[in-house]
Amino acid sequence: MNGLPSRFLTGLVGAVSEAWSELRVHRGRVLLSLIGVGVAVCALTGVVAAGSIAEQALRESSERSGGRAATMSVSAYNPSGAQIPVADVRAAFQEAVRRYDITYSSEHGYSQQQIRFPDGRRLVSVETVEVPFGQMHRVETIHGAWFTDADERRLAPALVVNQRFWELIGSPDLRTHPTVALTGSATDVTALVVGVTPSSSFETEPTSFLLASQALALLGPADQEMYGTPQFEVWVPPAISQELGQRLSADISGQLGDDVQVDVYRNDYAEQNAESLRQVQLLVGGIALLVLLLGALGLVNIALVTVRARIREIGIRRTFGATAGRVFFAVMMESVVATVAAGVVGVMLAILLIRNPITTGYIAQGVTDVPPFPMEAALLGLVAASAVGALAGLVPALVAVRVKVIDAIRY
Amino acid sequence: MTIIRLEDVTRTVALPDGRPLTILSGIDLEVFEGDRVSIVGRSGSGKSTLLNLLGLIDSPTSGEVWFEGAPARSFSAAGRDRLRGRRIGFVFQQFNLLARRTALENVMTPLLYDGGRDFWRRRQIATRMLENVGLGHRLDLPPDRLSGGEQQRVAIARALVRRPRLILADEPTGALDLETGSTVMELLERVADETDAALVTITHDPNIAGRSTRHYRLDAGVLSIRDEARR
Repeated sequence: MNGLPSRFLTGLVGAVSEAWSELRVHRGRVLLSLIGVGVAVCALTGVVAAGSIAEQALRESSERSGGRAATMSVSAYNPSGAQIPVADVRAAFQEAVRRYDITYSSEHGYSQQQIRFPDGRRLVSVETVEVPFGQMHRVETIHGAWFTDADERRLAPALVVNQRFWELIGSPDLRTHPTVALTGSATDVTALVVGVTPSSSFETEPTSFLLASQALALLGPADQEMYGTPQFEVWVPPAISQELGQRLSADISGQLGDDVQVDVYRNDYAEQNAESLRQVQLLVGGIALLVLLLGALGLVNIALVTVRARIREIGIRRTFGATAGRVFFAVMMESVVATVAAGVVGVMLAILLIRNPITTGYIAQGVTDVPPFPMEAALLGLVAASAVGALAGLVPALVAVRVKVIDAIRY
Repeated sequence: MTIIRLEDVTRTVALPDGRPLTILSGIDLEVFEGDRVSIVGRSGSGKSTLLNLLGLIDSPTSGEVWFEGAPARSFSAAGRDRLRGRRIGFVFQQFNLLARRTALENVMTPLLYDGGRDFWRRRQIATRMLENVGLGHRLDLPPDRLSGGEQQRVAIARALVRRPRLILADEPTGALDLETGSTVMELLERVADETDAALVTITHDPNIAGRSTRHYRLDAGVLSIRDEARR
């Protein structure tokens, strides 16, 4: 290996080893000057990482309750307070869905159901839904599966229950087709548990999903009167959601008559929430950047003083063949090597801070699957550290290059 | 073979009031391979400026400096730095060792600027060089743990570790007692002999100057030959 590539490689390795040796010799000073940089990198990385995790948590919980973007709720009511027959609303909604060729739609109602558990009967909240609801709300199961079309055809109603419910019936293996007794309007009905959804730490009560078609057989007119007309949901591309919403509203109210008011509105808050979170992230990230800049200023200050104290040494190195470029690069590398080391420590500290159970419990509240530490946050921290190192190294490196060899040796 | 030749070299600097001050004028000097040259002169006579010109650290105001047959002004700044590192070794009066670095790290320093194989073998080469100057047992000691004579021996090892063609010694024994100074000079000459390098010594000390084969005197910027006995 000869010529330019060899000279470049030896120059690079030489400059890095020179920088490292310089840092080793002045480790006390370096350590002190780098604390600020390390803390700032830790803050910057931590903020970005915590923001990403919180955003995911927010999106997850938002999607679970409000649906994916853009999920729209369709509700029909009579301003006079008169009850609208559910069958009419359902038929009008289904007609509109068919007319506008909407792939994902579901009824979404709330009711309660008496269920017999080993320790006695309990009133359990039940959400009446249709098969597409699982995809629309990104419902995850930890055992079994979400409803399928085959479940619609079952003679016994199928249930997707939450983890607490499943624990109350003794955490059975779903391959054994566990059943529970529901109290129907006339007689008890045996229902089959087909899936279990995860429960977050703050969820203590058993809940269940029931297919709307099967709920019809279970819930009497009294229930309908008590819980009102269910809502209906459609999941459509966000770009056309506004226009489609207006048309759906007009279409359904046209079918149900003039005295019925039909509201169609976006139910998902994921995007809006993420936007406000991004603003908080930007604010805190901006503060961390300011801290980083202050750290860099401290670093420049110390590096300048050090370079002035090293003028003689730089002169000696020049007599032994160090070119001006090499001196510039070596002084610059000192700063970069030091800040990258501080950056690595800062990022590791941020990982420790963010991934420990206390912080995770706080920022990822209610999240079933806490995402790993975001790689982009760690990369951002390291890039910021290197950039600060390069910037902070620039001024002292320029001073070092301007050193006159003759004067330096006599310094 | 001629290593360096100064041809009618003048060096002038501007005083703060703008007037020019001539430090060196009409210098003619030729240094050959294996040469032993001494230059004596009082303080302020221009010795250090001459040394800087010989070491390609400074450029003349007029006249020409030739290094190994090529005009020094034809080299780029970086090329001149690299040439200096490869071909010229410096020994200073105050040793100028890098503080808080071991003797071995000090001697390895010039090899950091070698773009070839010696860069990768710098530890072995520096160790051998220190053993050669009798400091094989002091490799890991920093300068402040070494005696004056030992420090100058480290400086000599460092100056010669890249096997330069020209060694420039600026008052090499100025900070040493007579006996240690004499030992150091013997060592410097021995190691220079081994590599057939030319040795130019600038000194106040007539005893040290007397060890050379060609003697010059620098007076008010004018170089005059005292006697010459070509080896």
